[in-house]
Amino acid sequence: MSTLAIDKAGPSRKVKLGSMSRDRTWALRWSYFFLVLFAIFSLTPPLYMLITSLKSSAEISAATNPWWVFHPTLSNYVELLTSHQFLRFFWNSALVSIVVVTITMLISVPAAFALARMKFWGSATLATGVFLTYLIPDSLLFIPLFKMLAMVQDLTGITLLNRWYVLVFVYPTLTVPFCTWIMIGYFASIPKELDEAAIIDGASWLQTLTRIFIPVAFPGLIAATIFAFTVSWAQFLYPLVFTTSVDQLVLPVGITTTLIKGDVFNWGQIMTGALLGAAPPLIIYAFLMDYYVAGLTAGATKG
Amino acid sequence: MADVTLRKVIKRYDDVEAVRGIDLDIADHEFIVLVGPSGCGKSTTLRMIAGLEDISDGDIMIGGDVVNDVPPKDRDIAMVFQNYALYPHMTVAENMSFGLRLKHYPKAEINARVTEAARLLDITDLINRKPKQLSGGQRQRVAMGRAIVRNPKVFLFDEPLSNLDAKLRVQMRIEIKKVHQKVRTTTVYVTHDQVEAMTLADRVVVMNKGRIEQIGTPNELYHKPATRFVAGFIGSPAMNFIPCRLEDSGGKLQIRLADRIAFALPPARAVRYNALPRTENLLLGLRPEHLTESNAHLEPGVESFDTVLDVTEPMGMETLVYFGLEGTPVCGRVNPNAGAKDGAPMRLAMDLNNMHLLNEATGVVL
Repeated sequence: MSTLAIDKAGPSRKVKLGSMSRDRTWALRWSYFFLVLFAIFSLTPPLYMLITSLKSSAEISAATNPWWVFHPTLSNYVELLTSHQFLRFFWNSALVSIVVVTITMLISVPAAFALARMKFWGSATLATGVFLTYLIPDSLLFIPLFKMLAMVQDLTGITLLNRWYVLVFVYPTLTVPFCTWIMIGYFASIPKELDEAAIIDGASWLQTLTRIFIPVAFPGLIAATIFAFTVSWAQFLYPLVFTTSVDQLVLPVGITTTLIKGDVFNWGQIMTGALLGAAPPLIIYAFLMDYYVAGLTAGATKG
Repeated sequence: MADVTLRKVIKRYDDVEAVRGIDLDIADHEFIVLVGPSGCGKSTTLRMIAGLEDISDGDIMIGGDVVNDVPPKDRDIAMVFQNYALYPHMTVAENMSFGLRLKHYPKAEINARVTEAARLLDITDLINRKPKQLSGGQRQRVAMGRAIVRNPKVFLFDEPLSNLDAKLRVQMRIEIKKVHQKVRTTTVYVTHDQVEAMTLADRVVVMNKGRIEQIGTPNELYHKPATRFVAGFIGSPAMNFIPCRLEDSGGKLQIRLADRIAFALPPARAVRYNALPRTENLLLGLRPEHLTESNAHLEPGVESFDTVLDVTEPMGMETLVYFGLEGTPVCGRVNPNAGAKDGAPMRLAMDLNNMHLLNEATGVVL
């Protein structure tokens, strides 16, 4: 038997032994450093809004420290919450958002199911097409959309423009493609055997969707709902273009158009309105996060 | 309960034929195992029986009815998947009763069936748990329970034990056999594991490259393989194939393995192989258990020879010995007390009464 010749020289440089605990410590330090940095970055504006909302107009215009409230007052809050107009904006926003979320889910969930699971001619192209639709910016779309709606209005005689409900037709062009895309991803991650088992158990496509896919992809459904709600709640350009009468305005447009009178900025109320407007999404996030249980598919298959 | 018949079933994916014309008759109550290497078309065949794949050509009949165009839910079959495919948001009981609930069975009937199946599978205590709270073996039981409660015409198993560890696999294998003894539903079971095939099946269907190589009882396949593929696939360690030629020597037929090694064939074998041409390249097929340590008294038809062992593998109840015969690696099984050592010379005996002779070119067992 011949023995193998093994090079005894080894590496030419001295090998420095690593330390896993030291690596971990440094990784933690860096992550906390950046987390704190970004927390400051993203929390400073709301903090400034809160401080300003607690000041009277006189204190805002006075040359005092802008980061401190010397004479805290709730007058901005009282004025807005008792203002009929502001509550009307709030109501319009809520109505539009809820209807849009419902429409979006009713369209995008079945669409995503079809695109993810029913292999038909062109389904892959269509799935990509859905996503590409989302990439077209709304600032490009609003003029053609306006033209279209004006035409529909002329032809049918149904008043659409300058009505809050026109937004219910317009927003889904933003929400449906993206939510469909999110749901395709979630549905695609469900093991194929699960729907095959359901089919063999005697489920129809619709039953497979409602009794297996929707419960299993519930976290995805929540994510899509949150997205659709946020988009509808915070949309600015479309309501600015499509609605003009004060009683038809939604919150973001209402605040900026009614609280800025000419060159007079009612900063206290603007900040208060913005803060109050940010509350519903926050509350909804907090509420839905409890249900956002990741890894709901655990146990379906080996793993 | 029903019989299942496949007639010239073909599955094409674009230009590739995954299943190339399968004929198979499965009797009522029978436990059939489709076995073969990955890509042999066994899973595709099963999925065509289930209705999860379309049939490109041919007919599939369940209980005498052609089901080519019948959707899976109307075929009255139940399937157990390799990765269990339990519904993660439902409890064990809900998982098992899902099919019955879809068909609007009365509640009492559903409860009775679930309770009975749970008892049969020994999962009564787990009935209210979610799949993620179960171990792999328990999940597989639930998957079987889901099939049993439906009381279908046919059970289909798609490699149900492949995801379990070795010990659990043996245990569940016995469990499946027990269940079949009690439930007696016609079963088609797919596996790549020949041990599973041998232990479970009434009849085994060995598949290779989209075709059936051989159908037979486990013993038939083991002792009378029809082709080189079956001979090599069934049995572990695999059968040895040693190049050889037939020769006439002093009026007797003998088999020449190497320049120095030639043995006279036992009379029964000599009669059987006498008509074969002497020039053809043949293979001697010999299972490792027919290559053992040599005794002082050799039975008729057992021939001894000397060799040098390359490697030995003590298995406890036996020792596997590996050596080369004219460059062909060969495996034998010897008594652990026979003194087999790595690199040492050893006298081995070849039991030619159990030999197979194959045509090297066609792979057919002669």
